[in-house]
Amino acid sequence: MADYQNIANTARRDWMGLLARAPDDALIELWGKVGTPPSFDWLRSPEVGGVMVRGRTGGTGAPFNLGEMTVTRCSLVLKDGTVGHGYVQGRSKRKAEAAALIDALMQTDAAEEIRASVITPLSQQMQDARTARAAKAAATKVEFFTLVRGED
Amino acid sequence: MYVAVKGGEKAIDNAHAWLAEERRGSTDIAELSIAQIREQLSLAVNRVMAEGSLYDPDLAALAIKQARGDLIEAIFLIRAYRTTLPRFGYSNPVETGEMACDRRISATFKDAPGGQVLGPTFDYTHRLLDFKLAAEGEVPAAPEAQPRVEPTPHISEFLKGEDIIQDEPASDATPGDLTREPMEFPAGRPLRLQSLTRGDEGFVLGMAYSTQRGYARNHAFVGELRIGKVAVEMDIPELGFAIEIGEVELTECETVNQFKGSKTEPLQFTRGYGLVFGQSERKSIAMALVDRALRWEELGEDNLGAPAQDEEFVLSHADNIQATGFLEHIKLPHYVDFQSELELVRKLRREAEERITPREAAE
Repeated sequence: MADYQNIANTARRDWMGLLARAPDDALIELWGKVGTPPSFDWLRSPEVGGVMVRGRTGGTGAPFNLGEMTVTRCSLVLKDGTVGHGYVQGRSKRKAEAAALIDALMQTDAAEEIRASVITPLSQQMQDARTARAAKAAATKVEFFTLVRGED
Repeated sequence: MYVAVKGGEKAIDNAHAWLAEERRGSTDIAELSIAQIREQLSLAVNRVMAEGSLYDPDLAALAIKQARGDLIEAIFLIRAYRTTLPRFGYSNPVETGEMACDRRISATFKDAPGGQVLGPTFDYTHRLLDFKLAAEGEVPAAPEAQPRVEPTPHISEFLKGEDIIQDEPASDATPGDLTREPMEFPAGRPLRLQSLTRGDEGFVLGMAYSTQRGYARNHAFVGELRIGKVAVEMDIPELGFAIEIGEVELTECETVNQFKGSKTEPLQFTRGYGLVFGQSERKSIAMALVDRALRWEELGEDNLGAPAQDEEFVLSHADNIQATGFLEHIKLPHYVDFQSELELVRKLRREAEERITPREAAE
């Protein structure tokens, strides 16, 4: 039971992280194509706030406060009682609402449909963008070569 | 005496209306959009985020537009906005070893695993004005190569095995937060790093430069400089576990410094650390140098009386919003203060003249 819960939490962790990092436009566009959103009640309507980001001295040592980032959060409950949370980077309340609805639906029978229409394409878009940057970085990697001197 | 304190409203309103007009500039020229500033002046945006101490590129771009490009004014706007935000919490410390590196170089190890990745750098440009940019034109796509999939390890990891570089053992100590409690001295390293990362780039650069020129000399190599995105993770109480709440671009610099050892420490290399929001390379290197200089006491080095060794001096003057607030307030009306000084000087001069005059009369 504990293992089952851990697996479920890991999956939820993954999609919530993806939704948090997603570009606003990309998420809202994909969500818009899904169709009529389910009706819900707010547990906490969207609010914009700050999170203090921490680093570590030397990258591995004691924590220190680096600076804040903007985050928007909200919580809602579907008619069937499923609770969804949205915690997303930035100040878009629409994005937070979409993320919370997706989080809720991912816990229902609609999960497969939402995964296919939102999570997978979003994940692919973000992975492609990341790979494109990594490919450009790789092209700027220095290939040292040594000139051979003298006669053999 | 009483001085009129009302009567400026009309002048102020009109000044602000003119400010808005001057900000817009000639209407024959297309207006700048926030997205244009965010995408095309991204290093200015990064500086405003770092010193405004709030990671939000769109807000920083808006602040730059509103401030007509005056970055300290823009930082002021971000700091003011920041105070209106409820604090949702603190993130877990970011894992810079997991960074997706756009750039990663080392001045100490040529063949470091992961390699020397230059990224989109100004280095090796000739610093000649490029008049092609004055004309509109297409930019050719940057070349691509086989992307690295695995994370790039920190250079310091390779020296650790030999115990030849000072370790940075992990801890879960809760760091002080200077946005919550006023700074007290000695501040300690976590608060120093928080202060330096949001400190004025010019000030931190000047302090770092002073250490290179011989004021608290501690010869530094850039062991590693890396720029890229890292995920930010936070524990969410209503979930009972941590999730990623976003990602930020960071510049991290670790210097390697000569260290001759002390009573308690063996001969080994020590480190200075810089970590700054955005692509902020100069600031990050400068921060690492100043961090290292401020560690003299902890490392058992001599206090040479250098400005960069003086924690109170450095941290009390690094913040450009505190500095500009105090500096610029002297241009605001001080009519009453000045009136009293004027009265005093007149009185003293009158008394001095009266003392002199009878003597002259007696001669």
